[in-house]
Amino acid sequence: MRYLPHTAEDRRAMMTDIGIGSIEELFKDVPNEARLDRPLELPNHADELSVERHITGLAAQNVTAGAVPCFIGGGAYRHHVPAAVDALIQRGEFLTSYTPYQPEISQGTLQALFEFQTQVSLITGMEVANGSMYDGSTACAEAVLMAGRVTKRQRAVLSGGLNPLYCDVVETLAQFTGLEIEKSRPNAPTRGHHDTLALEARVNNDTACVVVQFPDFFGVIRDFTALSARCHEQGTLLIVVVTEPVALGALKAPGDMGADIVVGEGQSLGVGLNFGGPYVGLFATKEKYLRQMPGRVAGETLDSDGKRGWVLTLNAREQHIRREKATSNICTNSGLCALAFSIHLSLLGETGFARLAALNHSTARSLAEKLAGLQGIEVLNGAYFNEFTVRLSRESAPVIEELAQKKILAGVPLSRLYPDRKDFKDLALMTATETTTDSDIQALLQALSESVL
Amino acid sequence: MTNDRSQGRHRRAKKDSVANNSSTITGNRALQIEEPLIFEQGAKGRTGVDLPAPTDESTAALGGLERDKPIGLPGLSEPEVVRHYTRLSRNNYAIDIGFYPLGSCTMKHNPRLNERLSRLPGLADIHPLQPESTVQGGLALIEQVSNWLKILTGFPAVAMSPAAGAQGELCGLMTIRTHLMARGDPRTVVLVPDSAHGTNPATAAMCGYQIESVPSNQRGRVDLNALQARLGPDIAALMLTNPNTCGLFEEEIIEIAAAVHDSGALFYCDGANFNALVGKVRPADLGIDIMHLNLHKTFSTPHGGGGPGAGPVVMTNELAPYAPLPWLLREGETLLLIEHPERQAKTSFGRMRAWHGQMGMFVRALAYMLSHGGDGLRQVAEDAVLNANYLRVGLEGKYTMPYSGLCMHEVLCDDEFIKDTDITTLDIAKTLIDEGYHPMTIYFPLIAHGAMLIEPTETESRQTLDQFIKVLRAIADQISSGDSKRFHRAPLHAPRRRLDETRAARQPNLRWKESTPTSSPRK
Repeated sequence: MRYLPHTAEDRRAMMTDIGIGSIEELFKDVPNEARLDRPLELPNHADELSVERHITGLAAQNVTAGAVPCFIGGGAYRHHVPAAVDALIQRGEFLTSYTPYQPEISQGTLQALFEFQTQVSLITGMEVANGSMYDGSTACAEAVLMAGRVTKRQRAVLSGGLNPLYCDVVETLAQFTGLEIEKSRPNAPTRGHHDTLALEARVNNDTACVVVQFPDFFGVIRDFTALSARCHEQGTLLIVVVTEPVALGALKAPGDMGADIVVGEGQSLGVGLNFGGPYVGLFATKEKYLRQMPGRVAGETLDSDGKRGWVLTLNAREQHIRREKATSNICTNSGLCALAFSIHLSLLGETGFARLAALNHSTARSLAEKLAGLQGIEVLNGAYFNEFTVRLSRESAPVIEELAQKKILAGVPLSRLYPDRKDFKDLALMTATETTTDSDIQALLQALSESVL
Repeated sequence: MTNDRSQGRHRRAKKDSVANNSSTITGNRALQIEEPLIFEQGAKGRTGVDLPAPTDESTAALGGLERDKPIGLPGLSEPEVVRHYTRLSRNNYAIDIGFYPLGSCTMKHNPRLNERLSRLPGLADIHPLQPESTVQGGLALIEQVSNWLKILTGFPAVAMSPAAGAQGELCGLMTIRTHLMARGDPRTVVLVPDSAHGTNPATAAMCGYQIESVPSNQRGRVDLNALQARLGPDIAALMLTNPNTCGLFEEEIIEIAAAVHDSGALFYCDGANFNALVGKVRPADLGIDIMHLNLHKTFSTPHGGGGPGAGPVVMTNELAPYAPLPWLLREGETLLLIEHPERQAKTSFGRMRAWHGQMGMFVRALAYMLSHGGDGLRQVAEDAVLNANYLRVGLEGKYTMPYSGLCMHEVLCDDEFIKDTDITTLDIAKTLIDEGYHPMTIYFPLIAHGAMLIEPTETESRQTLDQFIKVLRAIADQISSGDSKRFHRAPLHAPRRRLDETRAARQPNLRWKESTPTSSPRK
């Protein structure tokens, strides 16, 4: 077996040194009745080529998003990841190390984390950020739990514009914590409509937090400045969720609209679609809430020679020290994905990030304008970044399925995420990024005009 | 804001460094190159990515919320970025570099085939919201990983979505709590042994339970009498790691399970240490009800400097109706995702994270399991336990162990053998760094004084173990000869000397700031 160094002779010699006559003696503490005395019904070991054939065969049964016109977003976005990102994260020193418990021989991971924290703080417009969460949805739930700790209040209000899966995750993870989760009803975008007013009306002095998404799940962009003022007047925290971080290259930072916690899904930068995971959760907040923040965090210090270095810090918040009083149970986070995010953003830099965002927006505008010209399709958004909601002349799910059969991934039928909303059955989300070509758009328009008419 | 004592320590340390460190102009030492922060590099307007100009610069559709000030990101070309991260990487220890016996973390070799396969576009470049008809291969891969995990553990059901071990624990406890509520039997307390990982009590607290500790007996196992005395109608579950964090098999586990079940509680197992048992023992046969597996430990998905991991949860049929969404169902030739509490999934406790699970980890874990096969996985457990016992015997006489006799996949030492010296467990760990090793887990589990928890894993050769034993024994000899100087100064040869953690926590500086330049990167 190629991964196991011992020969039969090694094992015999080692057993002699240990003073045992058989391997089974090492397992003598296992009760007899629980010891497997037969092989399991599993195939025997296989060579590289056989394993590669098997898994390549599974891969071949999927429609690869990058191989066809793809307009699916809804919380995960297809972007071009520069080749250098993957080459660097595959360096064994990053790939095969673990949580930097021994900082003197983990300065690479720690410095990269410190840079990641800085980048996340900068793009969100916040003071501090942690070293990553599992993904955007769990970061969102952790933010709600944190708001409960900070305000010592029990009521959280979720905007109807929050990704419905994120709503589910918040409700699930908060269900045994005593927090009451109040969900605002999702509305399809209407030009000029601002439902932040309705959210403002829900904020009072027992509200721990209000959670909004920017741009929201339907692609709509709203100003939360007035909402944050209302929140702060009542001692309520405003949590802003960003599921498409590329948007922050074109849009005002949530911190500049008064956000108290900004959480996000970092997948767009560096990570890739991966059928939903692993992704990387972003978590940023104000310095004054630092000690209630969940997750690992790298901080600057000096070594005994006076040289600058980094360590994991503020461990007194964490489970391995605090146990049941910790701010979260999170341990392993999403380190390598955070590194990929950070490398991608480093490659882009200020100008590249702004241009990537502008390119996404202009491609989406082009898509929206062309769709609006089709009979049977209405683009509902006034404002959007790279994603918007359309209304079709018939139910969207069968249309999307028909197009999938033609190898076009046309978008997200909202019935998949809101199965109970009859009024959403003819709606779909459509996304364009820098990877969308004119011929992709032409193929979509052609196929749609055949399906919706 | 260093206090007097630590300033004194720094002065002494500086003298050390002068002795040790013949200075260079750059502060670099050959291959060891001092690397500034990325924010201290580059130039305005420089970029490492070429992008076409947008066809249309209009911001009219941004709702009046376009960015109105710079972000402050540095600009670097690709060669500068590649060099930056390559230099950073060289300041990391890693499995690829050497022996990494970090107890309870299972730092085994990460096969590169698995990396290649996880990047196949047909698996890496599929969207979680693609129509199910376009991702049948992806769903089949999840189903195959599920089947392997079910066969290896003996459980009939598995929840695949949890993102890491700690989320798997939460999944387990939420499943238990929902099950207990459904049977009209609310219980309020979760029992956790005093040797448990910190995640166990933290998880139980997130699930709204009170936590009580169960003592260990003199043999490092759960004290069955104490457990039985505490079990009662208020106890919801026992959370137990097996083999436990002392590296010992809970030999009375079947009696423990019976006692837990007799009291009406459920038995959660933390599967962090499944590497000792894979292919040899099916946890379902031990009376466990539900258990998470760490794919990044037993099944070798890379640890990545702190994740991502994956924490699938195997469980009994009794608990399966409460498992989290999404569910994967097979109807004939077709695989279906149940993403909402509909049809038979109405009883589910909810959704733990967006999307379907850590697909990238599933690909690697499947490649790992196919490569080893049933026979190879059994050999994994045998070799992992053989290696740990070989280390144990090799260290006997020089190192003290709180619990005598066989261990499973890891061996636990305490600091009894250095109690009359001025050397600590931390000093030994830092000395191992100078000797070219990643130290073992230290000061955990809490029940062993000055603990050193050593987990070699099965992918280390006899030569590696022999060398490590030789080094550890020589260290013990140096300590007993009274030669303590190197231990207090260590590490001398790492990219950094001992770092001041107190300073980091007292004056937290968690990001680079333009306005307040940090201390000079070079001295």
